[in-house]
Amino acid sequence: MSILVIAEHDNAGLRPATLNTLTAAAKIGGPVTVLVAGSECAGAAAAAAALPGVARVLSADAPHLAHPTAEDMAAVALIAAAGHSHVLAPSGSFGKNFMPRVAATLDVAQVSDIVEVVSADTFVRPIYAGNALATVQSADAVKVITVRATAFDPVTASGGNAPVEALQAPPPSPLSAFVSQELSTSPRPELGNARVVVTGGRALGSAEAYRSVLEPLADKLGAAMGASRAAVDAGYAPNDFQVGQTGKIVAPDLYVAIGVSGAIQHLAGMKDSKVIVAINKDADAPIFQVADYGLVGDLFELVPQLVEALG
Amino acid sequence: MKILVPVKRVIDYNVKIRVAADGSGVETANVKMSMNPFDEIAVEEAVRLREAGVASEVVLVSCGVAGCVDTLRTGMALGADRALHVSSDAELQPLAVARLLKAVVGREQPHLVICGKQAIDDDANQTGQMLAALLGWGQAAFASRVQIGDNRASVTREIDGGLETVSVALPAVITTDLRLNEPRFASLPNIMKAKKKPLDTVTPDELGVDVTPRLKTLKVAEPPKRAAGVKLASVAELVAKLRDEAKVLR
Repeated sequence: MSILVIAEHDNAGLRPATLNTLTAAAKIGGPVTVLVAGSECAGAAAAAAALPGVARVLSADAPHLAHPTAEDMAAVALIAAAGHSHVLAPSGSFGKNFMPRVAATLDVAQVSDIVEVVSADTFVRPIYAGNALATVQSADAVKVITVRATAFDPVTASGGNAPVEALQAPPPSPLSAFVSQELSTSPRPELGNARVVVTGGRALGSAEAYRSVLEPLADKLGAAMGASRAAVDAGYAPNDFQVGQTGKIVAPDLYVAIGVSGAIQHLAGMKDSKVIVAINKDADAPIFQVADYGLVGDLFELVPQLVEALG
Repeated sequence: MKILVPVKRVIDYNVKIRVAADGSGVETANVKMSMNPFDEIAVEEAVRLREAGVASEVVLVSCGVAGCVDTLRTGMALGADRALHVSSDAELQPLAVARLLKAVVGREQPHLVICGKQAIDDDANQTGQMLAALLGWGQAAFASRVQIGDNRASVTREIDGGLETVSVALPAVITTDLRLNEPRFASLPNIMKAKKKPLDTVTPDELGVDVTPRLKTLKVAEPPKRAAGVKLASVAELVAKLRDEAKVLR
């Protein structure tokens, strides 16, 4: 058995979900190779080489991998995958984009979004927005797997000393090309791995209120900001703030849901948080069924009071 | 331009699912079934492209049990022109569906495939990308904006950090995210009209596709239940609980 982990990174360093994926790889067992495919990605490759349990790092460094398309990422992953029994990537928008191409090209099933490793061929994954957990066994020669980062602890970021080998990336595919990106810039922690998340729902009523009510609390708690689908659809917050079945899956130490009713699709994205606080004027809102601590009342009064009480 | 839209019949998104007592799956008897919401967005996008004169025909395909015919009729009531039912009572996993769709693409020769990014039952998020790989086509997954040009499409995609725009050569596979459009409701006259639209049936055998599942489901279980907590009377009480009981404040 040998495992290829495809790193999610920003060229300078690794994204945190890569460290959680390595824990899943360690539970499967066997030597781990990490693929870092990017452009001027020596920093990320060095960070991967320093992780404990990594036997080897493959660095595919090419200009067209600066913003890799699914086609180009799958092509380089397939070269790196040769000889490996398992191919793993974090289950963010990066991994979800190209991993099914890898699986289909290898003519194997993909096991999406695993939350537990039972054995080298058996995994647990959520279905129906996390309202059921399926244990699935793969009979395929190669297991192509995406890993739900919040379900695994991260490995420590130091202690390893793996060699870095260059991997020649195939030329860019003519099928698709990167044009541009608009990334949200925020001084706050990243939503996917923040220790505290403050989320707003439709009850905030406007984009202005979303910011003016939530930002002081997020600042006070050092929190990332999230939003329910209703709040995103209404234009209160950008799409990448969405927490839920089809948005981001988070499991912070503290999750504060403000004016969020708690549809099952939203609960799917946050119910594994350690401590959940809900503030909502509707005492029957489903969010209170999962909240450790609830406050029933007007969020426009309670949130400023909370900011003040936190000193 | 012909657009092919694969649609899946799933348990309605408003239904609270129940895990079967024997751990074999979830209860589907007497449960409301609907079109997967992401596929509804795909149908809407295709119909809008036809209404805008970009596309000439919208063809639906659904793989699975007899009930899929209802899903196809729903899609035709939303404006699709005709439909194909790939009839099978077998468990169809994403790779098998992608291989069936590849065979359908071979027959229909569409210029574009638009499908939902994931089905809300298995939450796999695989089929569109797998289909693109099997066809050797480009893909644009998680689309929130689609512009069709002569030989390429410009697609804005929802990614973890924000938005990304890619240019993809046609033919291609596009998968839909939530913000692409808001699907219309089918009007009664259109529901009646949809009953008369052409609907063909084929089997996986006729398409020459082996749909044997690759993954074996050993069991399906309920997730650990989260106990409801307490409702507090004041902000001061909340802060005290967070500080002294939960110890999550630093």
